[in-house]
Amino acid sequence: MVRVTINKEPREALVEPRTLLAYFIRDALGLTGTHVGCDTTSCGACTVLLDGVPVKSCTILAIAVQGHEIETVEGLEQEGVLHPLQQAFWDNHGLQCGFCTPGMLMTSKALLQSSPGELNEADVRRAISGNLCRCTGYVNIVKAVLAARERLREAQEEVRTS
Amino acid sequence: MSIDITESRPLGKAVKRKEDPRFIRGQGRYLDDIVLPGMLYMALLRSPYAHARIKQIRTQGALQVPGVKAVITGEDLAAMNLAWMPTMAGDRQMVLATGKVLFQYQEVAAVVAESREAAEDGAAAIEVDYEPLPVVVGPFFALTDKAPVLREDRESKNNHIFHWEVGDKEATQAQLNTSPVRVTEHIRMPRVHPAPIEPCGCIADFQRSTGKLTWYVTSQAPHAHRTVLSMVSGLPEHMIHVISPDVGGGFGNKVPVYPGYVCAVVMSLKLGKPIKWIETRTENITTTNFARDYHMSAEIGATEDGRVMALKVTTIADHGAFDAAADPSKFPAGLFSIVTGSYQFPVAFAEVDGVYTNKAPGGIAYRCSFRVTEASFLIERVMNTLALKLNMDPAELRRRNFVPPEAFPYLSPLGWTYDSGNYDKTLTRALEMIDYQGLRESQRKRRDRGELVGIGISTFTEIVGAGPSHTFDIMGIKMFDSCEIRVHPTGKVIARLGTRHQGQGHETTFAQLIAEELGLSAADVLIEEGDTDTAPYGLGTYASRSTPTAGGAAALAARRIRSKARQIAAHLLEVSPDDVEWDGTGFVAAGASSRRVNMSDVALAAYTNLPQGMEPGLEATYYYDPPNLTFPNGAYIAVVSIDRGTGQVRVERFVAVDDCGTVINPMVVEGQVHGGLTEGFGIAFMQEIAFDEEGNNLSPNFMEYLVPTAVETPKWETDRTVTPSPHHPIGAKGVGESPNVGSPAAFVNAVVDALSPYGITNVEIPLFPWKIWEILKEKGLAM
Amino acid sequence: MFPYPFRYFAPTTPEEAFGVLEQYGDEAKILAGGQSLLPMMKLRLAAPGVLIDINGISEWNRITEDAHALTQGSLIRHSHWEHTHHIRIPLLYETAGHIADPLVRNRGTVGGSLAHADPAADWGASLLALKAQVHVQSRVRERWIALRDFFIDTFVTVLEPQEIVTAIQIPLASETDFTGARYLKLERKVGDFAVVGVAVTCSFNDQGIVTEAGIGLAAVGASPLSASGAESLLINHPLTSEVIQEAAERAAEECDPQSDRRGSEEYKRAMVRVFVKRGLRAIQADWENRLKKPA
Repeated sequence: MVRVTINKEPREALVEPRTLLAYFIRDALGLTGTHVGCDTTSCGACTVLLDGVPVKSCTILAIAVQGHEIETVEGLEQEGVLHPLQQAFWDNHGLQCGFCTPGMLMTSKALLQSSPGELNEADVRRAISGNLCRCTGYVNIVKAVLAARERLREAQEEVRTS
Repeated sequence: MSIDITESRPLGKAVKRKEDPRFIRGQGRYLDDIVLPGMLYMALLRSPYAHARIKQIRTQGALQVPGVKAVITGEDLAAMNLAWMPTMAGDRQMVLATGKVLFQYQEVAAVVAESREAAEDGAAAIEVDYEPLPVVVGPFFALTDKAPVLREDRESKNNHIFHWEVGDKEATQAQLNTSPVRVTEHIRMPRVHPAPIEPCGCIADFQRSTGKLTWYVTSQAPHAHRTVLSMVSGLPEHMIHVISPDVGGGFGNKVPVYPGYVCAVVMSLKLGKPIKWIETRTENITTTNFARDYHMSAEIGATEDGRVMALKVTTIADHGAFDAAADPSKFPAGLFSIVTGSYQFPVAFAEVDGVYTNKAPGGIAYRCSFRVTEASFLIERVMNTLALKLNMDPAELRRRNFVPPEAFPYLSPLGWTYDSGNYDKTLTRALEMIDYQGLRESQRKRRDRGELVGIGISTFTEIVGAGPSHTFDIMGIKMFDSCEIRVHPTGKVIARLGTRHQGQGHETTFAQLIAEELGLSAADVLIEEGDTDTAPYGLGTYASRSTPTAGGAAALAARRIRSKARQIAAHLLEVSPDDVEWDGTGFVAAGASSRRVNMSDVALAAYTNLPQGMEPGLEATYYYDPPNLTFPNGAYIAVVSIDRGTGQVRVERFVAVDDCGTVINPMVVEGQVHGGLTEGFGIAFMQEIAFDEEGNNLSPNFMEYLVPTAVETPKWETDRTVTPSPHHPIGAKGVGESPNVGSPAAFVNAVVDALSPYGITNVEIPLFPWKIWEILKEKGLAM
Repeated sequence: MFPYPFRYFAPTTPEEAFGVLEQYGDEAKILAGGQSLLPMMKLRLAAPGVLIDINGISEWNRITEDAHALTQGSLIRHSHWEHTHHIRIPLLYETAGHIADPLVRNRGTVGGSLAHADPAADWGASLLALKAQVHVQSRVRERWIALRDFFIDTFVTVLEPQEIVTAIQIPLASETDFTGARYLKLERKVGDFAVVGVAVTCSFNDQGIVTEAGIGLAAVGASPLSASGAESLLINHPLTSEVIQEAAERAAEECDPQSDRRGSEEYKRAMVRVFVKRGLRAIQADWENRLKKPA
């Protein structure tokens, strides 16, 4: 039995030791926002946050994350409000077919969390270089991540001044 | 910045995409997200050899694996007359191998089990005895007498598939012979693969109780797939329901029917259970349709002042073990005859010979309207060689030869009637954006400092929107497309089309188009595609054909509705229909603009308050057979520098000015251009499916078949000119593929420009650093 | 693509891990970050019957330092060094950001990388340059092995079936010296293995004379290599352009690359030369600019 906390909710399922985390999330827990796009740990469509750190869930055994915290794309929206990254991807046409999008969002979320200082375009490009996209050419993804960073800052400013 | 979907008059505006809210929440419904009760999983056993006799297949081991439910081989399929299936190119292809295998990773057996893992375990437990046969890797060798005949099932005992030619051979040769300047270039476009991030897959769900097969499939062309499946399986077509759910990228990869699909259907028929088959990335790259693999030679004759006189093109096309190209029936080399490009060649001739080799079958139109990328790459590269030979600026050479605006509609020597264009204007915009004169100046200075800096231009013309029924069909089915619009009593609309988007944004752009025609907002129009039980018949989304064909159908269906609406409006306004005017969002009584009804007033009346004798309801369907193709075009400029130590190329700038006619949504168009440029960049710099002498695929996954990340990908600078298509209902041309068609030549021309002072006119793609370094070394430039 | 079935153990103490390993020996594989092992198992190129997941052993996840050496547990992940500048071992930071891609770096471990012994391993090259020692332990014995004696061949090390890499020790240069480093990697795209990787590190006394030098090479031999001949040309010299040139030439001679789709043998040798030169020049520039740098 593998027990995890996923998107703040405790869940468990019985799986074989060889079950990969991506399939545990998709098949056993029914959260299909996490996608699988390759078999060589190359594409990043399966990116989730494991204890807050973005990892490729196709290259981790489900059994190895026993008791850990996982966050997937389904956990981004809070109380009906889109995460600023989701909103920014929408506003800036940061997605087309949508298949790489959940992975991009999770990697970007970790980037914004772990980089309190200045972020420039090159930083964002480096940070998302483990996530492949075939549709967008990355331009609008980078734009969206930087826009979300601005929005988060503004929100923090508002909290501080209020 | 984008605008909200509720704005009126949405055509031409950057309306936010309607499909995004589900994708950003991870609530897209892609093929592998679908789980049906009792569903089983299928895996395929594939050949390790590129060419081998199958002596024996022992499946007992698989059946002993816990969870395995069934195994089938080619012999089993042969008993059902399903061992082979027709290809779109008029050839046939093995579903599961019988007798021998013809390429590495070819499908040999299918295993169904209770889990994905058990299905793979089962496949691994099958034992096959192979007797390796001599392998034919190169297409030129394939054509020699020494090469073994690969396709023993065919009547002709050689490896030649077809010869296709177009143009006036003698006149072209005569003109070349008298041309004062002649240049020849041998250009290869290697085998590449579309590799969308979502691989291909399907769920076949045959219900014995109803006799109906529901077939969920990653399909760019669900109606065509239904017809093909009906033909292959013998199931009546109305008992096949094809559903193409959200598709995670296609780029041509999801046009054909693949052996795995047929096996899944057979297994579902056999077991009466839903069967899911999702290919792995390795299976995707090694077996589903590749693209390109064209070995081209071109000769241009010109005057000394740079007027092109003649073009002759010879091509060997490597199709692999089966000719599974997805081309319109009459075009075994696709629309390669667009090879005269944007230039006024008085005469031209092109020929293509298709060849079998021991490689995976294809080739697909990868983000390209049927071999147009090959043609564009060739002409844009050879024009560059001509500019070098003449010592003429490549922009100037192009200008001298452009089809001028007043020459449209222009009949090319290879038979196409170009609809519209203003090539000079488009190029001028690109030159301005990049400050071409300043750039050349700075290039001179940097060259003096020993830097290797190059500027590459590509001014391509595409040919898309296949196509008019007099010329275009696939397996006999004319290449029209369709739209059905229903206006509900409250003025809200559902529209269904025969196309199937894979990221292009149809749910938004077609909503904008229809909303504009009906005076609504995009929010009022729901677009549905991909369900063959509800959508009208259409040929699907590829070859940049959706806007030219289904987009035309959508506009004309909406106009049919508006025409009926006008009658109803007249009734409501109590005036004659002739006295009703359309103001863009509603109908007004002529001369009395305060008397006005909008589409929702009319819609309600269509169900509640009709003029005497009028048929109730407000619906229309249009099957649009376009009168011609459309000819999007563009001017791309790349600036590169070469690291003299390593041979690495850095793209310093890239400007793309596209002309795709009327723009429905500039945000979506720009996004399409960004994506296509990135795929073109990958093709130019890092992608090639390579084989060793034994026919082993050396690039079977993303470790070796390289997809650019955000780090390598240049920052694209884009703009547009707008020269509407005169024959399309809204003047739109299609754009998805232009950047992939036009950009590879710009990159290579830039690299060649950097090296041209040292006598280099051609470098083969992909432009790996080592390849450039070998040149640097040879020319004494390596540091 | 899914691995063959296997038995899974997740020991929480070293003793437990050694015990399981001793029991299963050759049949077992150690799972650390899994970023090389799991892809191989998914492609069914590797099929261990037993997997021993050591991620729960906190002893192997620590970094300690004394006056002479830094010791990192084998479970330290690549990304740790991507975010940590160690002023006396700058090569760790310089290398980390080049490994695989950011997501893989969050999971993959330094010890796992060494034990895997991929000839293209970036850590292999860097830790050879740093003259690292590997701590290797089984239930019955433990030993320190110089990394240059650790690699035997492609994917082969001196590790016995019952042994686990538990720590890596890196000697520290004199505290009064200035240390500069670079990792230069030619890759076709992010996430690619090195076509050629070159790690260079030098410590300088206050006269600008090199006191310690390390040059490690990736993807130009059967295993990561140490360009010890080139290193010796640097010691006790200032990094003049002549010295740099000589060392670069020597390193290019010392490597042993194979021609393949990533480049010819000649090309790879040339890249070693180019990268050693560039790396040393950059380090020399760092030394010259050291006082301008903010503390």
